[in-house]
Amino acid sequence: MAEMSPQETATPSRARAWLLSSAPQSVMQARCQRLYLSARAFSHNPIAMAGLLIILTLLFVAALAPLITSGDGTSQVLRDRLLPPGAAHWFGTDQLGRDIFDRIIWGSRITLYIVTLVAVIVVPVGLLIGTVAGYLGGWVDAILMRITDIFLAFPRLILALAFVSALGPGLENAVLAIALTTWSPFARIARAETLTIRNAEHIFAARSQGASTARILLHHVTPLCLSSVIVRLTLDMAGIILTAAGLGFLGLGAQPPLPEWGAMISDGRQYLLDQWWVPTVPGVAILIVSMGFNLLGDGLRDVLDPRSGVG
Amino acid sequence: MNTTASLLEVENLWVRFRTATGTVDAVRGVSFSLGRERLGLVGESGSGKSQTGRAILGLTAGNGRISADHIRFDGLDLARAGDREMRKIRGARISMIMQDPRYSLNPVIRVGEQIAEAYRVHTGAGRWEARRRAIEMLDRVRIRDAEKVANLYPHEVSGGMGQRIMIAMMLIPDPDILIADEPTSALDVTVRLQVLAILDDMVRERGMGLIFISHDLNLVASFCDRVLVMYGGQIMETLDASRLHEAEHPYTRGLLGCLPDLRSNADLAVMRRDPAWLAPVGGPRPGSTP
Amino acid sequence: MIEVRDLFVTFGSGARAVHAVRGVSFSVAEGESFGLVGESGSGKSTVLRAMAGLNREWSGSMTVGGEFLGKRRRKQFHRALQMVFQDPFGSLHPRHTVNDILSEPLAIHGIGDVGNRISRGLEEVGLAPEHRFRYPHQLSGGQRQRVAIARALIISPSVLLLDEPTSALDVSVQAEILNLLQRLRRERNLTYVLVSHDLSVVAHMCDRLAIMNAGRVVEELNVERLRVRAPAHAYTKQLLRASLGYDRAEADTLEWFD
Repeated sequence: MAEMSPQETATPSRARAWLLSSAPQSVMQARCQRLYLSARAFSHNPIAMAGLLIILTLLFVAALAPLITSGDGTSQVLRDRLLPPGAAHWFGTDQLGRDIFDRIIWGSRITLYIVTLVAVIVVPVGLLIGTVAGYLGGWVDAILMRITDIFLAFPRLILALAFVSALGPGLENAVLAIALTTWSPFARIARAETLTIRNAEHIFAARSQGASTARILLHHVTPLCLSSVIVRLTLDMAGIILTAAGLGFLGLGAQPPLPEWGAMISDGRQYLLDQWWVPTVPGVAILIVSMGFNLLGDGLRDVLDPRSGVG
Repeated sequence: MNTTASLLEVENLWVRFRTATGTVDAVRGVSFSLGRERLGLVGESGSGKSQTGRAILGLTAGNGRISADHIRFDGLDLARAGDREMRKIRGARISMIMQDPRYSLNPVIRVGEQIAEAYRVHTGAGRWEARRRAIEMLDRVRIRDAEKVANLYPHEVSGGMGQRIMIAMMLIPDPDILIADEPTSALDVTVRLQVLAILDDMVRERGMGLIFISHDLNLVASFCDRVLVMYGGQIMETLDASRLHEAEHPYTRGLLGCLPDLRSNADLAVMRRDPAWLAPVGGPRPGSTP
Repeated sequence: MIEVRDLFVTFGSGARAVHAVRGVSFSVAEGESFGLVGESGSGKSTVLRAMAGLNREWSGSMTVGGEFLGKRRRKQFHRALQMVFQDPFGSLHPRHTVNDILSEPLAIHGIGDVGNRISRGLEEVGLAPEHRFRYPHQLSGGQRQRVAIARALIISPSVLLLDEPTSALDVSVQAEILNLLQRLRRERNLTYVLVSHDLSVVAHMCDRLAIMNAGRVVEELNVERLRVRAPAHAYTKQLLRASLGYDRAEADTLEWFD
């Protein structure tokens, strides 16, 4: 109804007017406007906001770890072994007398380190393989997708275990192993998106302008795949954290005395019955953070889905 | 045949949509009546012509509200009819054809069965009787080899044939009124003529009332009996189709002037819109929303 | 300017092969506007796409500006020949602003002075500076098609391929776009190849036209012959009569041509 555009409601502030102006003056303003509209849609979703709050808390805690804690979570006070939660030790202490609260806080840095590194590796690799396979098709597609299928066919933890055993235990190797087992669904998603995009008129338009294949993939196809990949990534975060915890639990991830949450559960499992807090607290931490990423992912899916009309 | 008795009377119809930024009135106080005739509804996109057609059957999208003084059909007021009453009318007594048949046919059911099903739902006839009628109907819409076509799936037929199948499905319950929303704009000109001929027959032979929604002035002028020209949710003027080219309203004149002509390649006239065309009208009747 | 000889386009192979174009030849002089008319499935758009290098399943010979076209096109070729697509909703990238869309061809061909060229390009197609940083979904259909035209013209091609450029638009918007295309052709001495199913649009825009049916050209004629409604071929006659509006007698006498 072009000729009946509805009246804009009152504009309370200049910033809002700038963000809602129908005639943006710069690329920056146009991008900000899009971001603002997405953020507005996102903020109307209480569950997604809860997820965002959890993740922000995680970031906040990790950044301020030295201020929140009294040590680095590795100092042992054997006199204070296995103290229950109380005023001195909010979450109690473990079998070596380390403050569990401190270890959880410092452990959040390790968790963030793992998920960030995995994301940085997995997203570009998945996008590259998926868009190339989807756009070029033919034998390139067949080869790349069979490789992807091989990685998809193994249970994630088993495959990660195999890689870490080959590479040797350690945090970096755990990250690498997780990345190797995580990229394949991203390639699948990127390929599926590319298949629907490749026959769009705007791709033909880019081709008829003389754009190279690399340029089309990078400038035209990838931005349209990105939203589903990001949604998938946040939903996968929980799985990544759990795999990392699993590797830690099996002693193949972060090595002692690093306060990695999975390793903490592993170390504390023999105390589960008598000193329940030792393995339970890191377990709850993993649960909450995984849930936070999941909720965030669900919310992002609603906002970023191009079919939802906001984008 | 009596062509003046009116089948449908619409009085002060409003369709209002609630959006994130406020309310938009797609249809603003439209009144008209339909006899056993071909009534054209022309206008550009956003003129409210399709929304008018949908509102008659209560098919407005979820965030829209219909209100009207009345929409009178066979002693009923459709503006106030309940869901159950409307379901009995939709398809059986008033049918609607959309622009693209591909979205209206179920892709996994053979077309013959879909038409037969439409007949069974509205008449309660037996399976064999329904199938016989379905094939008869395909024949009526001039599909050669109707037996064979009845056994095809929707993706196996061309756009023109799909639209004829759709028409067969809509016409098999023998409706009193057919609302056709751009039924031929996706079709080639020659196929278009055939589809129009079928609709023409239904009006002439069976006394059906046809609301023909289109953006194509030439087509409406040559096909319809009467034309309503819509703009901005209102009716600008009502004329005999044969006299469309003598229209006086500046909007209609503007539309006609925009049409490229076989005879010349001079620059086309550009429409200048006058805000005064959209006369202020009182709002919808309060409290009449079903 | 353009020579197309014995163009065949076949999709697939063996028993399932679809012969979309079967031996089409025509030539277009510099500065001329040539129309390809036909119903759906006649192969008219396929011809255009083969010319633009958007499909490779063709055989025959095509030259543009005296240069033979191969299956793969050099970048320089695209500077000389650009295309405007039918659907202004689909042919603009949904996540690119008008500014992004217009700077893309400049970046591809390494042309500088981007800011000035874009504002001049917008002005030329009748868009205001305020449209520059909008996304396609913030524009009307006519404005989008203007952006598509500006994108095609921003690298100053000499040939413009137009694939049903107005069929998705309202008649009042169609009139504006057709006028714009006419003006641009006069000002820049462009050569047009226009594909359309609408005889009156082609008659309005073109000097010469070819009527296609089932992958072949059934008739090539001057627009004057169309204006006096005297085409030679029976198929063209039928198409012309059918496009004039509804006529009951005409509907009963339709023939099928293959």
